[in-house]
Amino acid sequence: MTHIITSISRFTLIILIALYTYECFAALRRNLSEDESRGAIAAQATYIYLFILNANAVLYLNMEDVRVLALGGCEILLVTLCRILYNKLYTNANPTVTNNLCMLLSIGLVMLERLDMGVAIKQIVFATAALVITVFVPMMIEKLEFLSSLSYLYALVGIMLLAAVLVMGKVVYGAKLNLKLGPVTLQPSEFVKLLFVFFISSSLYKKTDRKSIFITSLIAAVHVLILVASKDLGSAMIFFVTYLFMIYVATRKMSYLGLGLGFGVVACIAGYTLFSHVRVRVLAWQDPLSVVNDAGYQVSRSLFAIGSGGWFGSGLCEGMPEKIPVVSTDFIFAAISEEMGGIFALCLIFICMSCLIMFFNISLQIREQFYKLIALGLSVCYGIQVFTTIGGVTKFIPSTGVTLPLVSYGGSSIVSTMFLFAVIQGLYKRGKRELEDEEE
Amino acid sequence: MKKSENTSRVKNRTSNREFTVVTYSFLILYAALAIYFCYFIGIKSEDFINHAANPRLSVMSKHTVRGDILSSDGKVLATSKIKDSGNEVRVYPEGRKYAHAVGFSVNGMSGAEADANFYLLRSHAFFVERIQNDILEKKNQGDNVYLTLDSQLQDVAYNGLGNYRGAVFAMEPSTGKILAMVSKPDFDPGNVSKDWESLTEDSDTAALLNRCTQGLYPPGSTFKIITALAYLRDHGDEKTDFDCEGSYNSGGYTIHCYGNSVHGKIDFPMAFAKSCNTTFAKVGLSLGKGDLKNSAEDLFFNKSLPSDLSHVKKSSFSMKNNADDALVMQTAIGQGDTLVTPYHMALIASAICKDGQIMTPYYLDRIENNTGTLVRSFHGRSGGEMLISKNEAKKLRKYMRKVVTEGTGSIMNVSKYKAYGKTGTAEYTSDKNKTHSWFVGFAKKGKKEIAIAVVMEGAGAGSSFALPLAKNVFDKYYE
Repeated sequence: MTHIITSISRFTLIILIALYTYECFAALRRNLSEDESRGAIAAQATYIYLFILNANAVLYLNMEDVRVLALGGCEILLVTLCRILYNKLYTNANPTVTNNLCMLLSIGLVMLERLDMGVAIKQIVFATAALVITVFVPMMIEKLEFLSSLSYLYALVGIMLLAAVLVMGKVVYGAKLNLKLGPVTLQPSEFVKLLFVFFISSSLYKKTDRKSIFITSLIAAVHVLILVASKDLGSAMIFFVTYLFMIYVATRKMSYLGLGLGFGVVACIAGYTLFSHVRVRVLAWQDPLSVVNDAGYQVSRSLFAIGSGGWFGSGLCEGMPEKIPVVSTDFIFAAISEEMGGIFALCLIFICMSCLIMFFNISLQIREQFYKLIALGLSVCYGIQVFTTIGGVTKFIPSTGVTLPLVSYGGSSIVSTMFLFAVIQGLYKRGKRELEDEEE
Repeated sequence: MKKSENTSRVKNRTSNREFTVVTYSFLILYAALAIYFCYFIGIKSEDFINHAANPRLSVMSKHTVRGDILSSDGKVLATSKIKDSGNEVRVYPEGRKYAHAVGFSVNGMSGAEADANFYLLRSHAFFVERIQNDILEKKNQGDNVYLTLDSQLQDVAYNGLGNYRGAVFAMEPSTGKILAMVSKPDFDPGNVSKDWESLTEDSDTAALLNRCTQGLYPPGSTFKIITALAYLRDHGDEKTDFDCEGSYNSGGYTIHCYGNSVHGKIDFPMAFAKSCNTTFAKVGLSLGKGDLKNSAEDLFFNKSLPSDLSHVKKSSFSMKNNADDALVMQTAIGQGDTLVTPYHMALIASAICKDGQIMTPYYLDRIENNTGTLVRSFHGRSGGEMLISKNEAKKLRKYMRKVVTEGTGSIMNVSKYKAYGKTGTAEYTSDKNKTHSWFVGFAKKGKKEIAIAVVMEGAGAGSSFALPLAKNVFDKYYE
């Protein structure tokens, strides 16, 4: 019986996420009437709840663990809380962004329950805490006017945090990522990302002459170089791409983008020739099966999972995602694809994509250059992170070990991503207010 | 009011060109990622699913009865029997004959059992039946895998080898389908786990080794195909006459013609047909430095060969440019340090047959479910191109045809098909009386073609052992 329900749920879960994804793109259409858009948002919320119920039912049947029921209940509460806080507290918040936040969190939580109940419990605690902390962020973005004047302070704090990791960090899978402060392990690069975007925005929003570009670039380079020295290549790439697009939008000069890309290519080639750990990664990317128990271990295990799951997945608890290394963080996408199916995973990519388009739309609507740059920077940051992690897990690009925002386990990751979403919500409100002011 | 809104929109749009660029950059990135992901799941993932290091396959056997393996003409080669105790045992009705091709599925896996593992454990039984099985907690019937091997050709090849160690590898040049693959000494696939110790410890017999793909042999005179190619490239004209006095001495080393024959005045094509060592030793010495190596590498020596089979060894050609005359002469007639697999020699014959084009040899033909409905069929795919021109291939075909019409392969000169080939007698120790018997060639009749490589260890002259075996395979194929 359990097996049949699991098998049938393979399809119902895919149908739910496909419907949800459809609504995501429907919501992006320009001329949606108020009623239509309200309907779409309600439909999305329904799919989220159904997803949580269906997935937890399957998990409970397979695992026979009452904690599943408790966690499922908590997930419903969390989603409801999140929707109430944003939609009722801020009547101006973007409800699609809120829904996406809830959906991505739920997918991650379901997968974590399946992988490791203890981790899932921690994650839901982190998520709730993050929600409570970040719910004030939109208000702060609206009210605090001094944010644009802190430019070098952002950079100073950021660089110090990154340097602290380089000096005192714990080595995990060959890279230094974490800082241990008593009982808490932090991954500072997740937060420095946000500071980095604030830094570039505040130093470039007023003037974009050669001198300020040069100084900003120099400080950005310090960030990236520290990350490279910590062997945290994924973050280094995220920082670099974010910097590049922000400079381009701030200056409106295509030549900067071209120059930056050219520089990036040269840097990659230099990294490849200089560092053996980079060459190993590239080799593992080109042909992971040739080094299947060695450098290609992680990627090949990930691809075994994705491949064996196929389009429809093995069904929850029917696959072997526990055989994938670091599955709850960097490789969670592979576990999702294995058990819930390639179509589900594809929908997940599209949800992230629709979320990103929404972010870009929000930045487009803001008039004040400082906030516009922040919105753009955070969007790029999110977009490139999703791309880097999914691309790495699926062997589209060499794997660099970054988390999938909101889905992967990790306190730092979840707090910083929810912070990012909250800032975007704040900016959305700001943009709307500007528009209203103008219309009046 | 409306007008002002319009102008502000236009202004907005022009000033936000950067956003369009950024948005589209990301859209393209994501679209590429999504397309790649579909490509991976749809096509590329099979290499990964089927990999021995993927632990998921062992779990699939809990839900599925392993399917059958059959020859292309429907002979059951491996099947699963359920014992009274409920345990599943693997039975191999054809026993040793397909030992290396079909392989085994205990103590690790080999052959088709390994390469088709995933398909055998996947069930495409009618979905109602599968749901029924799920409810009753019964196993589903796994899919059946048909090989490209022809049971009649396999019989001829297996019986032809008799008690000799060696290998027979036959394939279809136009598709890459493997038609026969026999390696001896063999083993009983049904008793592998019982015999495991003796099978793995006896390194002299090495019965588990598939000699077709992993046996490295001195090629003997079959290598003259490569020497002939190098000669064609260096000299082009074949009108030069050579003078064979039965032996040739250079640098203090003497090369003899086989069986102390003296061929007298002989042109190059005839020297090839008669396998005149004296002439080929002279030819070898006349070639430019590195020319033989280049020709060999153009024919995939020292390179990984295209294959769907696992563990195919590379052939090696190691002669240095500064080699002394003795080694140059020996290498030119296929002695020296050169080592080849029968698999590779059959591919070379295929390439000559098809003007340099080769198809990747494969042996999984199609998958059917338990009621015979086709699930998937495999097709030939290009394995690349051996670097010989059409003209060179044509000349080599002419020489190999002459072997059959006027040379050492005359017993193959029959009317039913047109055969091409080269015999070989390869010394493998200092004892010149102990030789491997070789034949490499192909046959065609209309569009029906077959390429073959036969090696029989320590049997004697190529023309007396390997050649008749190859002929029997050809005869059966064109029956």
